[in-house]
Amino acid sequence: MAEVTLRPKNEIDIMVEAEVINPDNFAGKSAKEIGALIVWQGPREFPLSNFFDVQGNGGSSAQETTIIVDGDVPRVKRIGQQMTAGKVIIKGDAGMHVGSEMAGGEIVVEGDAESWAGMEMKGGLLHIKGNTKDHVGCAYRGSWHGMTGGRIVIDGNAMNQIGGGISGGEIIINGNVDNFCGIRANGGLIVVKGNAFRTVGAEMTNGIIVVGGHISRFTPGFQYQVVEKDLKFGDIECPGEYKKFAGDYAMPQKVKGTMYVSSEFNGGL
Amino acid sequence: MAGTIAIKNGYVFDPLNEVKGERMDVFIRDGKVVRELSATEMDNAKVIDASGMTIMAGGVDSHSHVAGAKVNAGRMMRPEDHYKSYMKKTPITHSGSGYTVPTVYLGGYEYSKMGYTTVFEAAVPPMEARHTHEEMRSTPMLDMGGYLVLGNNWFLMRYMKEGDFEKAAAYVAWMMKTHKTYGIKCVNPAGVENWGWGENVHSLDQANIHFEVTPTEIIKNLTEINEYLGFAMPLHLHANNLGHPGCWETTKESLKIPSNVKAKPNVDVEWAETKMNAKRHESVYLTHCQFNAFGGTSWRDFESGVKGITDYVNSVDHVVMDSGCVPFGEATCMTGDGPSIHDLSVLTGNKWSNTDVECECGSGILPFTYLKTNAVHSVQWAMGLEVLLYVKDPWKSIMTTDSPNGGPFIKYPLVMAWLMSAKSRQDTMKECHKWAQDRSGIGGEEREMSLYDLAILTRANPARTIGMAYRKGTLGVGADGDVCIYNIDPTKLDVNDYETLIRNLQNSEYTIKDGEVVARQGEIVAIPEKRTYYADINVPDADEKHMLEDVKEWFKYYTLGFSNYPTPERYLANPTPMTVNPLR
Repeated sequence: MAEVTLRPKNEIDIMVEAEVINPDNFAGKSAKEIGALIVWQGPREFPLSNFFDVQGNGGSSAQETTIIVDGDVPRVKRIGQQMTAGKVIIKGDAGMHVGSEMAGGEIVVEGDAESWAGMEMKGGLLHIKGNTKDHVGCAYRGSWHGMTGGRIVIDGNAMNQIGGGISGGEIIINGNVDNFCGIRANGGLIVVKGNAFRTVGAEMTNGIIVVGGHISRFTPGFQYQVVEKDLKFGDIECPGEYKKFAGDYAMPQKVKGTMYVSSEFNGGL
Repeated sequence: MAGTIAIKNGYVFDPLNEVKGERMDVFIRDGKVVRELSATEMDNAKVIDASGMTIMAGGVDSHSHVAGAKVNAGRMMRPEDHYKSYMKKTPITHSGSGYTVPTVYLGGYEYSKMGYTTVFEAAVPPMEARHTHEEMRSTPMLDMGGYLVLGNNWFLMRYMKEGDFEKAAAYVAWMMKTHKTYGIKCVNPAGVENWGWGENVHSLDQANIHFEVTPTEIIKNLTEINEYLGFAMPLHLHANNLGHPGCWETTKESLKIPSNVKAKPNVDVEWAETKMNAKRHESVYLTHCQFNAFGGTSWRDFESGVKGITDYVNSVDHVVMDSGCVPFGEATCMTGDGPSIHDLSVLTGNKWSNTDVECECGSGILPFTYLKTNAVHSVQWAMGLEVLLYVKDPWKSIMTTDSPNGGPFIKYPLVMAWLMSAKSRQDTMKECHKWAQDRSGIGGEEREMSLYDLAILTRANPARTIGMAYRKGTLGVGADGDVCIYNIDPTKLDVNDYETLIRNLQNSEYTIKDGEVVARQGEIVAIPEKRTYYADINVPDADEKHMLEDVKEWFKYYTLGFSNYPTPERYLANPTPMTVNPLR
């Protein structure tokens, strides 16, 4: 397994569009060739080496390549975009669109991640150890086709529109979420272990959403079904007692969405 | 010398001159096709050796949604359509983005790369004419014009109710020159007005609300006005009941209405030399027939109803139509038919928008994805091809996708391959839902169109139909020097290898406009001048004066002032008026 280390040089002002930072691109390239890859910053193009010290050569394939970003890069976007194999470790905060459209391999963000992490992801594992913001595993603006496969794990909190338009794969959030978690979901699984503010599962037509904490304002288009205990979805376990709902009946189509809500924290429902 | 070019040794297809793939040279001097170039002219001319290649006139699209308020709303509604589809700028081209609804620049470049040089915008709402012209002015590479939407116009419906034909004709003439547009478009007559009240019309004899006119009356009057005024093109009709199972019968009945209206185009133009009569003889031009040819009574027994329409079209001489093919994949439905878009949104759950254009018309937009796995979409794919394959005389049909309703125009090469290669159709059919086979006749259709047929469907007939064949759609002497050279050797063409065919149709070897090479193998190499065509027509002053009094009186219902209504010439790129002479 070859390791390529990218050490951020200076503070970045205008955000850098760095979709080239992914194992598929680095495989078979020397440190020098990697440094010469072109990234956009605003209206101009620069070599990657303008922003990073590059150490180590890529492996023989994406599978054999690990990229270590050694520092905080909150203003570097699209790291690991469309990667199909290999590993990316960001030892700090990641910028927007980390793991967008990724199809395989693994990304670990040891700090926080900006919005759009794992947008329209198709496969692989994206693990964010800190907090993240909006649109995780979501469809791009205007689209209703979100994440279709793979797994996103967030150890901290996330904000709005998590898993928007999700039709496959899993999102597991250990902390809390804000608004519109699972909006337009039509498949897949979203597990929120903490609290949600409102509009969970709005306009969902299929898929499963689990909220282990309290929902401040419950979505009105859902209908109570039954109480279930100790949920299990493959290797994902949700212990405790849950109220099961079906919806969102606000949609004119036939809906088959399922929402589980912790009985303990949602006494009023 | 600019605009002077000699194209040697190619196989020429020029249907209006009955040239069927003969090896001959094409000469262009100062942007116009000429019989020959003198020795000195040859010295200065650009010479292209087109040995082993196919030569046609530049492509003409007579129905495409490329400019205007509705197209732009489609762009704004679909950031996802632009996010992953974009083009970097080059020293001579602008950047651009958008897959189904590209930016004006990208749209112009993409058409040109395919060998098209002329595109007409399918629907210009009068109030949005300025906006439409601004976008057409900014669309590079293409000569353009637009059709004025008049099928639900308050003034016209009022005059029809009152039976005042002269005022109605005066109004159409005044509107056409005021908004610098080219022909009359009629969308869901009487129905769009009803949609303002949450209703539609469900039969051709149903009178609409308030104005109490029926679709039949509107179609009859507009076709008669069209011929009375002598426009170059027939009435452009988007029939009622579009997109509903069983609508083919409504369409057929609609086409019967103007069967006794005689075509009388009367324009002052210099005609290029053609063997065939390059004037239209049709009184109605039906658009996107596929969407108007649904059979069955519900989505459960949905089937193709194309044959009912093509049988009728084959038996009469007053109808020409374009297909509205469905090449599968992403599309954006956009039409002046607001209620049909609302119905689609209920059906699909997709995002949608509707607009009411004050006293004139309306529109709707909705993103749509045609899937081979979907039963209805598969039949629609088959139906679009049926429209073109079942019409025996190719001079009665035109190839379109109603871009971007059935699919974006960049997919024309796929449609061409399906028409030319039975194997291509069969291979696609295998990937389709079984309804494509069971609910249409496409599986049993063995017809394979020739390059000559294709030249009729994609340049000669669209140009002839809309009255542009005096300069477009032909390589006759005097025509514009718009040429498309495909890297296709007709003597070695194997339509079973349709993938190569598609590739060669996607990017022309050369696209030449006004005698200048503008695109070469998929790259834009020059930005030519462009023109905008419109009908310049005058009616007797007395008629116009009385009519304008009515218009000014009802302008209180508009949110804009009367003086801001007309579209001045400065909104047009190289305004090119076509003098139209009304009957006296």
